[in-house]
Amino acid sequence: MTEAILEVRDLAKHYPLTQGILFKKQVGAVRAVDGVDLDLITGETLGIVGESGCGKSTLAKMIVHLERPTAGTIRYKGEDITKLSGRALKAVRRNIQMVFQDPYTSLNPRMTVGDIIGEPYDIHPEVAPKGDRRRRVRELLDVVGLNPEYINRYPHQFSGGQRQRIGIARGLALQPEIIVADEPVSALDVSVQAQVINLLAGLQDEFDLTLMFISHDLSIVRHISDRVGVMYLGRVVELGRDEEIYDHPTHPYTQALLSAVPVPDPEAREHRERIILGGDVPSPANIPSGCRFRTRCWKAQERCALEVPLLAVPAVFRLAEPGPAQHPSACHFAEEKKVVPTAE
Amino acid sequence: MSTSTAPLLDVRDLQVEFHTRDGVAKAVNGVSYTVDEGQTLAVLGESGSGKSVTAQAIMGILDTPPGKIAGGQVLFRGQDLLKLKEEQRRKIRGSEMAMIFQDALSSLNPVLSVGDQLAEMFTVHRGMSKKDARAKSIELMERVGIPGAKERVRQYPHQFSGGMRQRIMIAMALALEPALIIADEPTTALDVTVQAQVMDLLAGLQSELNMGLILITHDLGVVADVADRIAVMYAGRIVETSPVHDIYQAPAHPYTRGLLRSIPRLDQKGRELYAIKGLPPNLMNIPPGCAFNPRCPLAQDICRTDEPPLYKVSRERASACHFWQRTLEGEEAATDD
Repeated sequence: MTEAILEVRDLAKHYPLTQGILFKKQVGAVRAVDGVDLDLITGETLGIVGESGCGKSTLAKMIVHLERPTAGTIRYKGEDITKLSGRALKAVRRNIQMVFQDPYTSLNPRMTVGDIIGEPYDIHPEVAPKGDRRRRVRELLDVVGLNPEYINRYPHQFSGGQRQRIGIARGLALQPEIIVADEPVSALDVSVQAQVINLLAGLQDEFDLTLMFISHDLSIVRHISDRVGVMYLGRVVELGRDEEIYDHPTHPYTQALLSAVPVPDPEAREHRERIILGGDVPSPANIPSGCRFRTRCWKAQERCALEVPLLAVPAVFRLAEPGPAQHPSACHFAEEKKVVPTAE
Repeated sequence: MSTSTAPLLDVRDLQVEFHTRDGVAKAVNGVSYTVDEGQTLAVLGESGSGKSVTAQAIMGILDTPPGKIAGGQVLFRGQDLLKLKEEQRRKIRGSEMAMIFQDALSSLNPVLSVGDQLAEMFTVHRGMSKKDARAKSIELMERVGIPGAKERVRQYPHQFSGGMRQRIMIAMALALEPALIIADEPTTALDVTVQAQVMDLLAGLQSELNMGLILITHDLGVVADVADRIAVMYAGRIVETSPVHDIYQAPAHPYTRGLLRSIPRLDQKGRELYAIKGLPPNLMNIPPGCAFNPRCPLAQDICRTDEPPLYKVSRERASACHFWQRTLEGEEAATDD
C-alpha cells in the first residue's frame, strides 16, 4: 500500500437544532456526518457514493475546510488540519481545491472568465507573479479544452459543460495536489457529461492529482474510481476497490443500491434480481440505534438494533481465503451477493 | 371505443416555436408519434431537444405567447385536440389524459393539504360531494402505497418526502383513470432506491388500468427498464423510433449510437468514455440539412444540404439519417476514434 496523503479519522459534523427565539436552547442535532474514517492515497481516485442526505457533500466541505468538523481529525501529510487557522491554513488550502456541482451558481456572473480563473492568484500570489497571470489563465483554458481567446467573456456566454470546464480550470489554477469534485457532472446532459469525465480523468494523469469524486451516480463513480466508499446516513458502510464493491458487494445497502440502478440494456430486465427497499431514509436528526440501515434492511435482527456495526472486514471473510469479498463492510450479517450482471 | 383502428394518441407533424426578443426558436420541428392503449412510449432526448414542449402541446398547457403551435395535429381517439375550444380541452385534461411532472414540490400547492388537492379532482370533474371526494382521496393514497393514508390526508406537501410527493402526483394523475398519462421525467429528482419504487408503482398501475404512457426522460437506463417503444429526439425532431430491444442492440442513427456509447456502465469499467464532440445546436439557428451533422462522425456533403426524412428501417423502425444502413451495420467513419 502506498502512503495516504489525507487521513480522515472519526470525522463528524453535527448541526444543532434549536428552539426558542430569545433564549435558544439546543433540542437536538442533525448528524450530517457521524464518524467517518477514510484514507485518500496519493494519486488515486476515491469515489464516494450515496443518496441525498447521506453526508457526502458535508464530508467534502470539511475536507476543503469550508465547514469546521464537530469532532474528529483530518490529517494532511500527517498534520491535523482541522484546528489550523491563519497562514498555516492558507498554505494547506492551496493544495486542496474543490470543483462544485452547479456550474450555473458557482461562477460569479459579473466577473470575466479570466478574472474567475485568475482570482486564486490574488490570494496566493506566490504561485504566479502578477505579470504572468494572464498567460497562465490562457494556458489553463487550453488545458480544459476551451479557446484561450474566450478569456474576456462572461459565464453566461458559455454552455453548462463549458462552465464546468471553467470551474475545473479554477480548481487547477493553484496546482493543487488534491481535488475534491462534488457531483461535477450531475447538472450536465449525457453527451456532455462524457466529455467532462474524460477531461477530469485526463487531467488527473497529466498533473498527478489525487481525486475525490463525489456522486450519486453509481455508474459514473465506477467508471472513474480506483476505490469506492458507499455512504449511508453520515457513515461509510462499505469501502473497497471498484470490483470489490460492484462485483462482490457484501453490505445489504450497497446491494440494494446497485440493484436499483437502471441498466441501459432491455435484455437485462428479465433476468435481473431487483431489491426494492421499503420506506425512506430516516432523518439524520433522529438516527436509529445500532445499525442505521436496519429500518430498511431485510436482514435486520435484534442484534442490529443494539450493536453498531463497525467498518471492518467482516469476521466471516477474515478467516476465509483472500478474495474480493474481503473488504471493509459495516454489517453484522455481511454476505456476498452478486447483483450486477457481468457484461460479456 | 368505436374507432378501434385509430391509435389512442396520434401526433402528426407537430411544430412549436417560441417568439423571443432574439428571434424565433424552433423547439419542435415536425414531430409525429403514436401511442396505443397499454403501451409505453419513451421519448428520449437531452435538454432543449423539444421532448417536454411536445408534451405540453399535447396537454394544451403550453404558454402562448411566447409559445406558438405553428402546425400539425394532435389526434386523441381520432379527434384533433388543437381545434377544440379551451373549455372542451379542460374537460379532457385530467379525466382523459393527465400529466406527472418532474418536480413534485413545485407542482403541488404548498398552502392546501394533500387531501384537498386530490379531492379537487373529484369535486370539479365528477361533481362529487366533499365527503365522498375525501373518501376517494384516501382510497387513492392507499393505492399508490402511502402508509397511514387516513391521517396523512390532512398533511401538507412539505410534510412528505420526495418519493411520497411523487406518489401523490401519480395519485392525482390517476384519480379519474385517464386513458393516457404523460410522465415528464417523473423520477429524475429522486434517489435511485426511491426511483426504483416509484417506477415500479407507475408501471404496475399502468398495466392494471391498461393506460397509454408517454415517458419523457433523458435516462437510457430507465427507458430500458420499462418502455415498449422509444423515440429519440434531437433539436426538435425525432431522429429514430424503434421497439426498445432493437435500438440497444443496433442503433440506426449516429446520435443514438453516440448516446449509448457515452454512458458509463455499472457492469463495465472502461478507460475512456466515447464522447459526442461539440454541443447541441442553438434552436434559433439550427444547421441546414441534418441538425446533427456538425457533431456526426459519418457526415458527408449531402448531410449539410438535405434534411433527411424518416427512412423506414424495418416494419417497426425508422431513422432520420441518410446513412442509416451504414450506422446499423456499425460502420465507423475514418475520422472517428
